[in-house]
Amino acid sequence: MPDLLVIALKLVLVAAGFAVLPLLIGQIEHKAMAHMQGRLGPMYAGGFHGWAQLVADGVKFAQKEDVVPRAADRRIFKLAPAVALVPYLLALIVIPVGPGGQVALDLGPGVFFALAVMGIGVIGAIMAGWASANKYSLLGGMRVAAQLMSYELPMVFAASSAAMAAGTLSLTGIAEQWHWWWLPWQGIGAVVFFTAGLAELRRPPFDMPVADSEIIFGPYTEYGGLRFAFFLLAEYAGILVLCALTTVLFLGGWKGPFLDTELGWLWTLLKVFALAFVVIWLRVSYPRLREDQLQRLAWVYLVPLSLAQLALTGVLKVATA
Amino acid sequence: MYAVGRLPGSGLAKGLAVTMRAMTRRSITRQYPEVQPDLAPRSRGVIALLEENCTVCMLCARECPDWCIYIDSHKETLPAEGGGRARTRNVLDRFAIDFALCMYCGICIEVCPFDALFWSPEFEYAEYDINELTHEKDRLREWMWTVPPPQPPDPLGEPPKEIATAEKAAARPARAAAAAPKARRAEAPAPEAPAPEAQAPEARAPETPAPGKPATGGDEGPA
Repeated sequence: MPDLLVIALKLVLVAAGFAVLPLLIGQIEHKAMAHMQGRLGPMYAGGFHGWAQLVADGVKFAQKEDVVPRAADRRIFKLAPAVALVPYLLALIVIPVGPGGQVALDLGPGVFFALAVMGIGVIGAIMAGWASANKYSLLGGMRVAAQLMSYELPMVFAASSAAMAAGTLSLTGIAEQWHWWWLPWQGIGAVVFFTAGLAELRRPPFDMPVADSEIIFGPYTEYGGLRFAFFLLAEYAGILVLCALTTVLFLGGWKGPFLDTELGWLWTLLKVFALAFVVIWLRVSYPRLREDQLQRLAWVYLVPLSLAQLALTGVLKVATA
Repeated sequence: MYAVGRLPGSGLAKGLAVTMRAMTRRSITRQYPEVQPDLAPRSRGVIALLEENCTVCMLCARECPDWCIYIDSHKETLPAEGGGRARTRNVLDRFAIDFALCMYCGICIEVCPFDALFWSPEFEYAEYDINELTHEKDRLREWMWTVPPPQPPDPLGEPPKEIATAEKAAARPARAAAAAPKARRAEAPAPEAPAPEAQAPEARAPETPAPGKPATGGDEGPA
């Protein structure tokens, strides 16, 4: 019985984190981006520096009319936001925040599970693009597909490099095996993983699929109200999952300067938010890549780099064994 | 692809540095409704009317490019005093500026010979009805209380014409005494000298001014 209670508690915590942390990242994005552009960002909602802006946005989205285009594939159209959002919740279940079972589900092949469900999240955008019966949506959806094809490969290579270095596929196991000298050793892998993850989340500068100056809003053009809000939430949840995965795979997860067992969750969160800030920072700093540049970056730079990282990991692993 | 001597990725780092620097600087956003803006000393907010100075000369209304100044007046005959002939004076009945039409060029203020019009930095007089934007003379008079004192002259700028003329006039008798043979020549411009003094009381007087004579001095005044 207590086991059941513990599992329920863990799931509640995961759900709470899933509900709160993406909003927090969104708020940080609002404020950091504004200050990077010499603005103040939201200042009114909630009174103190616009802390409740995203809550207000959510209320606004919830009040909007639920519109489905007449020519749209209704069932797929309505399903797409859920397909985009739920996988990130599932990925969050296997991500450890601390040592000794501070994870909702300590899955053996945790890396594979997390990467697989992250890929499903992208399917949601493709479904939205196809089902909207809108040529811009379709173009956006095709771009999402092309991006997924090219960036999933270096991402998986980089992640498997970390798994190879640790000798396990379990996320908890990988974080346990982590030592500081992984930073130079797995550094290339970390950069490739993070960059490819950004591209998979279609975050600027890899936001070709939603390039608003070309194809309106890509796959999300026909969406409004709560469904649109789900897509936005999925984007921020995706940032959370990507940053958490990078933290666990390449930055040592809960390992901090002291009190790893007690304060592990804090170190994890700190690293996650530092990475989330980098995501926002990159978004503000760089212009959008062109579609061919996007493909070129993946195939000419990231795939060879991740393969080189794999080779380096393998050679060192065999040499030290 | 890269210039010789430049590290690959230095451009990327530069971009990141720019945004990070911008984030550490104070943002330039003005939080207007909460914090009043600090306006420049000569901000053109609204035009104020000092009704007592107006002589209904109609110069402002005539020069206004938008024809947004409405003036009505009637003539009033003053009884003759001390055996002189009866005088007439203009009495202002209506002075209104339609700020829906006004383009804030300030020509009326420049052209007013009697310092009856002033810039005020007040700008919060938006209305829900466009007709409300026509400010009648009592409202224009109220704006006078918001007119800031004139700015001190720029220490590096050339002195106002009035001061230069007065100084020249003050220096003249001395020069005339020093150069006795040239006295006849110095007398010729002498009538000019009292002109600025003569102008001042005349400008204050609500009577119709002698046209042409004071028009040069009025708009130069430190309004």
